[in-house]
Amino acid sequence: MEELKLLKAIEQDARISVTDLADILNSEQQQVEATMKKLAEDHIICGYHTVINWDKTNQDHVMALIEVNAYPERDCGYDKVAEKIYRYPEVSNMYLISGRSEFIVIVQGRTMREVADFVGQKLAPIEGVRGTATYFVLKQYKVEGVVMDQPEDDQQRLLVTP
Amino acid sequence: MKPKELLNRKIGTIPPSGIRKFFDLANAMEGVISLGVGEPDFDTPWHIREEAIYAIEKGRTFYSANAGLPQLRQEICRYLKRRFHLEYQWESQIIVTVGGSEAIDIALRALLDPGDEVIVLSPGYVAYEPCVRLAGGVPVIIELKEEDQFKLKKEQLRQALSEKTKAILINFPGNPTGGVMTREDYAEIVPLIRDAGIAVLTDEIYAELTYSGQHCSIAEFEEIHDQVMLISGFSKAWSMTGWRLGYIAAHPDLITAMNKIHQYAIMCAPTISQVAGMEAMAHGDSDVQMMKESFERRRNFIVNGLNRIGLTCPMPQGAFYVFPSIRHTGLSSDEFCEQLLAKEKVAVVPGSAFGISGEGFVRISYAYSIEEIKAALQRIEHFLKEL
Repeated sequence: MEELKLLKAIEQDARISVTDLADILNSEQQQVEATMKKLAEDHIICGYHTVINWDKTNQDHVMALIEVNAYPERDCGYDKVAEKIYRYPEVSNMYLISGRSEFIVIVQGRTMREVADFVGQKLAPIEGVRGTATYFVLKQYKVEGVVMDQPEDDQQRLLVTP
Repeated sequence: MKPKELLNRKIGTIPPSGIRKFFDLANAMEGVISLGVGEPDFDTPWHIREEAIYAIEKGRTFYSANAGLPQLRQEICRYLKRRFHLEYQWESQIIVTVGGSEAIDIALRALLDPGDEVIVLSPGYVAYEPCVRLAGGVPVIIELKEEDQFKLKKEQLRQALSEKTKAILINFPGNPTGGVMTREDYAEIVPLIRDAGIAVLTDEIYAELTYSGQHCSIAEFEEIHDQVMLISGFSKAWSMTGWRLGYIAAHPDLITAMNKIHQYAIMCAPTISQVAGMEAMAHGDSDVQMMKESFERRRNFIVNGLNRIGLTCPMPQGAFYVFPSIRHTGLSSDEFCEQLLAKEKVAVVPGSAFGISGEGFVRISYAYSIEEIKAALQRIEHFLKEL
């Protein structure tokens, strides 16, 4: 069984059962389980997450994209300063980027104050960080390929056709 | 005066489609899971839709050249070369049609004199036989066999050929069987076709949905290239059924003749759809790949599921249909489908709707999500247990 085929099959539906996966891949359950285990061990499968629209709950939720300027270090480039940043659980995503700053850091918190405090008291003072610019997210349109508030398309497919 | 008496004799001999009945039945019910549809369930890719919207905004809303927009015909030739190694001249060898359906119609009307025989494969797409009759031809049926994986065999062809044979109409990958013909399979029958000097109408609308190996077009055989009329379209590869866009590629003499019928009967295919088609062929290879991979997963899922619940069927190699035998239930195709719909609210199509040799089979489409297929399989399993 090809690993790529398995990855494509679970990319859109992480909850699919191993039994169904075996059918989809025309394979055996044990084989699928073994491959998934290996992919997880190799950190190719890195997690199974749920796309949640927190705006529709009564839970306060704030997200900010933060551009971070940083100094590289001899021997390790930006990796060491990156680690100092991504170790914080408030950081959900972090990327090294080209362009005018070095990192994009995505920070999640319950309130704007919480996120602002994190940036001011934790992130900005890190050694190697030159400066930050914080962009609070006002509305999420599309996350991980999912449109957050999608009206159903007006698809009128016939029930039986030749 | 009764209006019915105004009708010609030919139209009276054409039976209504066997699918219509199931459509009406299923449509009148609530909560039906349908596996009865012959079209992909994907949205037309957004970049294609957006190109059509832009075409409307820019006022590209007039007739095109009869044979189709030159840029689209060029794009079709590039596509046929890129995907199937076929050489056609866009100026003289392509007509853009209103779906593959129109291409079948104009091809038959251009070829047939009254009484000419056309070899038609059964089970086959519902329109072939009526189109032959409407064009004045006489269909000669070859019954494809399950044990041959619904391929056309040399001996069958030899027996069907006669002095009156003008053409053969083939469709691989096929609706409703999912059968394919490989290069080796074609190599068996090509000498017969060359010697008989008949036209080959090859409906390759499912070409992109070939799951093991590359699709082989019969037009690739040099020795019969001038006899082959290649019909295809955008419906299945780019999920564009409602756009009604297809094409036919053939020898310039045949194209000139067909273009007469096309220009007087149709004028041209919808210009907006043609603009969308250009976008699909120029920038839509990855859409095709994505849909094909998805169909392949669903095919595996449904075939493994059907075999487990007792509707045994081999793995079809193309299109998006499985065509299992239901003979062991003791029911006819019609009875099976009617009862399945009435008891479990699952719509599938009786094989008999696709010709007499479809009797004893049902066509199950897997152009549905895994969840829908799974729910339908559970209902079918329950149905089979209660029989």
